[in-house]
Amino acid sequence: MARTITYQQAINEALDQEMGNDPSVILMGEDIVGGSGADGEMDAWGGPLGITKGLYPKYGDRVMDTPITESAFIGAAVGAAASGLRPVAELMFSDFMGVCFDQIYNQAAKFRYMFGGKAETPVVIRTMYGAGIRAAAQHSQSPYSIFTHVPGLKVVVPSNPYDAKGLLIQAIRDNDPVICFEHKSLYQTEGEVPEELYTLPFGEANVVREGGDVTIIALGLMVHRSLEAAETLAADGIECEVIDPRTTSPLDDETILESVESTGRVVIVDEASPRCSMATDISALIARDAFGSLEAPIQMVTPPHTPVPFAGSLEDLYVPDATKIETAVRQVAGYSR
Amino acid sequence: MPLDREELLHAYRVMKTIRVFEERVHDEFATGEIEGFVHLYAGEEASAAGVMANLTRDDRIASTHRGHGHCIAKGVDVRGMMAEIYGRTTGVCHGKGGSMHIADLDEGMMGANGIVGGGPPLICGAALAAKVKGTRNVGVAFVGDGASNQGTTFESLNLATVWNLPAVFVAENNGYAEATSSRYSVGADSIADRAAGFGMPSVSVDGHDFFAVYEAAGEAISRARDGGGPSFVECRVNRYFGHFEGDAQTYRGPNEVEDLRANRDCIDLFRVAVTTSGDIAQADLDGIDSDVDTLIDSAVDEARSAPRPGANDLLTDVYVSY
Ligand SMILES: Cc1ncc(C[n+]2csc(CCOP(=O)(O)OP(=O)(O)O)c2C)c(N)n1
Ligand SMILES: [Mg+2]
Repeated sequence: MARTITYQQAINEALDQEMGNDPSVILMGEDIVGGSGADGEMDAWGGPLGITKGLYPKYGDRVMDTPITESAFIGAAVGAAASGLRPVAELMFSDFMGVCFDQIYNQAAKFRYMFGGKAETPVVIRTMYGAGIRAAAQHSQSPYSIFTHVPGLKVVVPSNPYDAKGLLIQAIRDNDPVICFEHKSLYQTEGEVPEELYTLPFGEANVVREGGDVTIIALGLMVHRSLEAAETLAADGIECEVIDPRTTSPLDDETILESVESTGRVVIVDEASPRCSMATDISALIARDAFGSLEAPIQMVTPPHTPVPFAGSLEDLYVPDATKIETAVRQVAGYSR
Repeated sequence: MPLDREELLHAYRVMKTIRVFEERVHDEFATGEIEGFVHLYAGEEASAAGVMANLTRDDRIASTHRGHGHCIAKGVDVRGMMAEIYGRTTGVCHGKGGSMHIADLDEGMMGANGIVGGGPPLICGAALAAKVKGTRNVGVAFVGDGASNQGTTFESLNLATVWNLPAVFVAENNGYAEATSSRYSVGADSIADRAAGFGMPSVSVDGHDFFAVYEAAGEAISRARDGGGPSFVECRVNRYFGHFEGDAQTYRGPNEVEDLRANRDCIDLFRVAVTTSGDIAQADLDGIDSDVDTLIDSAVDEARSAPRPGANDLLTDVYVSY
C-alpha cells in the first residue's frame, strides 16, 4: 500500500525496515542519535535534520554515535563491511568527504578488484549535498561526479521519496560500496511510497516526463527545477522529455541515448561545478554515441566555476533555476544549422 | 594584577563586545533576517580574550565554526563582521563567506572554518612561515572538544613537535560537540593529557577565569616565541546558546545553562575581580557597556542598510569568467 510521505521519512523507513530485516545492518554517524554521554535526552537529534530519529530507541547499540573523526569511522564502516556487516554510515555533509576520502577512494573502492574478487565491501555512505540554504562554501557542494570518477564505487542521487527508499534498500543489499547523495532541500518533499520493502535496480533511469522536442537530463533537486521549466515550455508548445538517471554509477546510457535519438536536442542540468562533471560526462557520451541524431549543440546548465557563495543574493544566482533551464531549452529548440 | 589598567579595560571591552554581539545575532537570527548556519560563542569569551591578550596583530590564529569571538578578540572590525553575517558587500569577506567562514587575514585571523579540525594544520603552516622568516610570530589554533578527536588535530600536534614550531593549540572544551557530550566522544580522561603523547607540554585551566587563561596562554605563547616549540592549553568553558541557532538542546540537563549564567559567567567573574582589587571602578565598566551597546546597534543598522552582492560580484575573486 502506498501513502504519501516525505523523502526524509522514506529514508528513515528504508533504514528501519532493512535493520528489522537484516541483523547485519548497523548505522553510524555524528549525532545520528544525539545526547550520548550527556545529562538530557537520548535520541535528542536523530541526526542534525532528524533523518535517523527513532532508530536508536528501536535498535539500541546497532545505531552508534561517532566522535568527529570521519577518516576513522568511515574507514571502520568499510572494514566492518569487508568483515561481514552491512554498515550504513552517515557523513553529515558531503563536503566532509575531504576528511575521509582515502578510506573511500583507495580502500573501499578498490578491495574487490585489487584483491582478485576475494573481498566484498557492502558499505553504504549516506550524505547530504547541495546548495540553496545559505550554508556557504564548505557545506553546499555537490561532489557526486568526483565519486562517479572512481572505479569500484556506485553512486546514487535520488530525486524523490519513492526512489530514495528503493535505492537505499538496494544500496544496503548491494555488495559493492555505494554512496547515496541526498539533497538537503528535498528532505521535506512528499511523494507516494509503498509501505513494504522494495528495491530499485541501479543503472535504470527514470523518464519523469515524456516529450518529443528536447531531452533534459537532470539529477536530484535539478529534476524538479527541470520539470518546472518543462511545464512553462509546454504552454509554448515545446515538449520536454525529462530523464532522471537516478544513479551516476552505473549510468543508464541506453535510456539517455534512446531519448536523444528521438529528440535530437539535449539540455543537461547539473548542480555540480561545470568542469569534469556529470554534465560533461553525459555530454561526451551523447556526442560519441548519438552524434548522428543531434540537431543542435548540447547545452549544459550548471553553476559557475566558483565555490558556493554565502550571501543569498549570490547563491540564488549560483544555483541553476527553472528560468535558466528554460532559456537553454529555448536555445536548443530553436537552433537550426 | 598581571595587566595594567588599559589592558584590563581592553580585555573587558573585548569580552563585552563578544557577548553583546552574540546576543544580538541570536535575536536577529530569530527574525529570519540572518540566514545560514550560525554558531554563537557566548559564555566562552574569557578564552578568546585571555589568549588574544598575548598576541600581536601579526600573530596568526585559525578559528572554528564558532568563530565570532576569536575574530573580535583578534581585532577584526565588528561592523565588517556584522555585515558579513548579513551577507552584504561591506562584510569582511564581501558576503561570500558568512558566519562560518568569517576571516580577516590583515588582522591575522585565518578564518572560521566549516570543517571541524580544518584549522590545526593551517596553523602549523602559519607557524612554519614565522619560523622560516624569523619573525618571532606565533600561530594559535583553536579547536573544540569535538575537534580534539579529529585526525588532523592529532597529526598537527605531532608535526608541530617534530618541526619545533612556534604554535599553540587551544582546546576550548565546552563539554559538547553538537549534541554529543565529550564524556562520550573523548576517549581520554583529560583532553590536555593527550598532548604528552605528542611530546608537548599542556595545561588545563578554568576557561571562565580570564586571568587563568591569560597566564596559561601567555606562558605557552612566550615559549613558542622564544623557540621553545609548541604547547597545548585546554580551556574548560561552556556555551550559553545551542550548538547552532535553532538547536532545541534537549540533550542538556535541566537548568544547566541557567546555573552557569548565574554562577560561572566569565564577564561577571572578571568584573568582580577587577573591582574588588580596586584596579577598576564600576563606572568605567558601565561606560564600556554603553559604548558596546552603541557599537553593536550601529553595526546592525549599517549591515541592514548595506547593499547585497549581485551578478557583478559572482565571478570576482576567482580566476575564471564562467
Ligand atoms: C569535518 C566535519 N565534521 C563534522 C562537522 C559538523 N560539525 C560542525 S560543528 C561540530 C561539533 C564541533 O564540536 P566542538 O569541536 O566541540 O566545537 P563546539 O561546537 O563545541 O564549539 C560538528 C560535528 C563539520 N563541520 N566538519
Ligand atoms: Mg565543544
